[in-house]
Amino acid sequence: MTGPREEGSWQYRAVNTLNPGLDWFSDALIELVEEGHPVVAGTADLQYSNGLVRFAQRHPDRFLQFGISEQNMVSAAAGLATTGAMPFVATFASFLGLLCVEQIRMDVAYTKLPVRLIGHHTGIALGFYGTSHHATEDIATMRAIAGLTVVSPADGPQLKAALKASVNWPEPIYFRISRGRDPQVYPDDVSFEFGKGIEHSQGTDVTIIACGTQVHPALEAAEALRGEGMSVGVIDMPTVKPLDDELVRDVAGRTGVVLTVEEHNVLGGLGGAVAEVLAGITGGARLVRHGIQDEYSLIAPPTHLYQHYGLDAEGIAKAARTARE
Amino acid sequence: MSADHDSTEQRSPAPERARLEERADFVRTEAIRLIEIAKVGHYSSVFSAAETFAVLYYAVMRLNDDPRWPDRDRFLMGKGHAAVGLFPILADLGYLEREVLDGYTRLGNPLGDHPDMTKVPGIDFSSGSIGHALSNGLGMALGGRLAGKDFTVFVMLGDGEMQEGQVWEAALGAAHHRLGRLVAIVDRNGYQLDGAVDDVIGIEPLADKWRAFGWDVVEVDGHDVEALRAVLGEAKANGTDDGRPVCVIAKTMKGKGVRYMETEPGWHLGYLDPADAERAVAEITERSGR
Repeated sequence: MTGPREEGSWQYRAVNTLNPGLDWFSDALIELVEEGHPVVAGTADLQYSNGLVRFAQRHPDRFLQFGISEQNMVSAAAGLATTGAMPFVATFASFLGLLCVEQIRMDVAYTKLPVRLIGHHTGIALGFYGTSHHATEDIATMRAIAGLTVVSPADGPQLKAALKASVNWPEPIYFRISRGRDPQVYPDDVSFEFGKGIEHSQGTDVTIIACGTQVHPALEAAEALRGEGMSVGVIDMPTVKPLDDELVRDVAGRTGVVLTVEEHNVLGGLGGAVAEVLAGITGGARLVRHGIQDEYSLIAPPTHLYQHYGLDAEGIAKAARTARE
Repeated sequence: MSADHDSTEQRSPAPERARLEERADFVRTEAIRLIEIAKVGHYSSVFSAAETFAVLYYAVMRLNDDPRWPDRDRFLMGKGHAAVGLFPILADLGYLEREVLDGYTRLGNPLGDHPDMTKVPGIDFSSGSIGHALSNGLGMALGGRLAGKDFTVFVMLGDGEMQEGQVWEAALGAAHHRLGRLVAIVDRNGYQLDGAVDDVIGIEPLADKWRAFGWDVVEVDGHDVEALRAVLGEAKANGTDDGRPVCVIAKTMKGKGVRYMETEPGWHLGYLDPADAERAVAEITERSGR
């Protein structure tokens, strides 16, 4: 038996080796505290899973442990926000985005309080933990809540930039992040602008619009497809709400197929949001939504699941080829 | 008004029984008047809580003219459906234009069946979905302590609300975090929509439950303004940054103050026709000697 701070313990490995991308989460909050922002970070018995232990060790007085009481944590974060504190609360997205929907709606969003909710291990990132721990509906639930901003960063630097930019964003925010093992897409010092899509490349045949964990494989897929002679564009859409409608409408007029890619149910998520925009225009690109096809995921290690559901470069490339047929 | 001025003393120089009882009956008659506009409302839920409202706002809480004063004491209502009894007090304190009361529940008016902090000055937190308020109050008490403030957070809970699981998450958390400036007040009026609380889903032994969760518990007659003033005043005065939260179980009567409501639990939600409303107001005002 090894203690949490000893090398070899699962806690130590979780924080220091398995999920390096989560350092960006704690580091953003640490920087905000050190810049003088009244940050308070809370979690519900998951400080090793989301890496907030790193923040807790640096600023124990600004860390709140709520135990396994997620709904209490969300409602309390709202109460905290009324006193001038800047609360960031984190737990698995399956709990935050499903169990706590009503607390988020009533106590955080309807009240317009600047609470930052961080749902981590989104989609099928918890692999063989199963459906209880998968979150393939959280974009849909959070997006349906009026006044709530929904952000799905592609990597650690973008997450950090978005967290830091959030101090100037008046609305409550739901951040959808994975497990900290995603390859880096952006340079360490990338900046972030809420509500803006990032057009990596343009293409007249297919334009992939992806968010979160799917941005990196989408970029890889586009590279492979270009090798096959296809003209492929890629847009990273980190802010799912408010969606960059203008960019979606614009790209729909200059590409044959819009292919949305997300680690989420194809109903109600990024694909749904893009569909709502395209439904309001005449003509334009055909839409194909790639993701989890309204089903519960199988149980397997995450990488096996990503392959099975086509949520990797090869799967996305295949979806793009099929969409072109 | 300066931040260190405690206006409670100014507002209530003589916290005598008669004055507070008169204020409680003002809550009752105003609730009847406002519900007449909506044609349906929670009369009896207001009546059981009327003395607590009066004692908190006219004798115990630290308030001033600014409803957003950072050092003010806070009041949250888990039983948000009794807000129609609180709105007249907020207007009386000057937080709300009196004319706004006259448009209670009408299109565009900020006052509805449940309190909304984004629309109504003086409402410290919105409510309506039962079970959230103690968690909201827990967050406020944590935030107050972090900011180095000494305000007290009072959270009124319905006794039916004890059936919500989130209440007990918050109860555990508040005791664990040593929130000595958090005071829960359970309005133990015995009834909820479907009948007697103890017939619907029993909650006794209630005091033992709160004690077992790490709270100090005080039981009090929720219609005795002097007893309430002593208990709530003491809970506030003894509050510390590192202590046990306090649960005040206010033993009350649903519909208190109007005899035909006291004996008929069906009055949780209802409407008095004008003749009945007149009888009710006559009974209340006669008792108040006004």
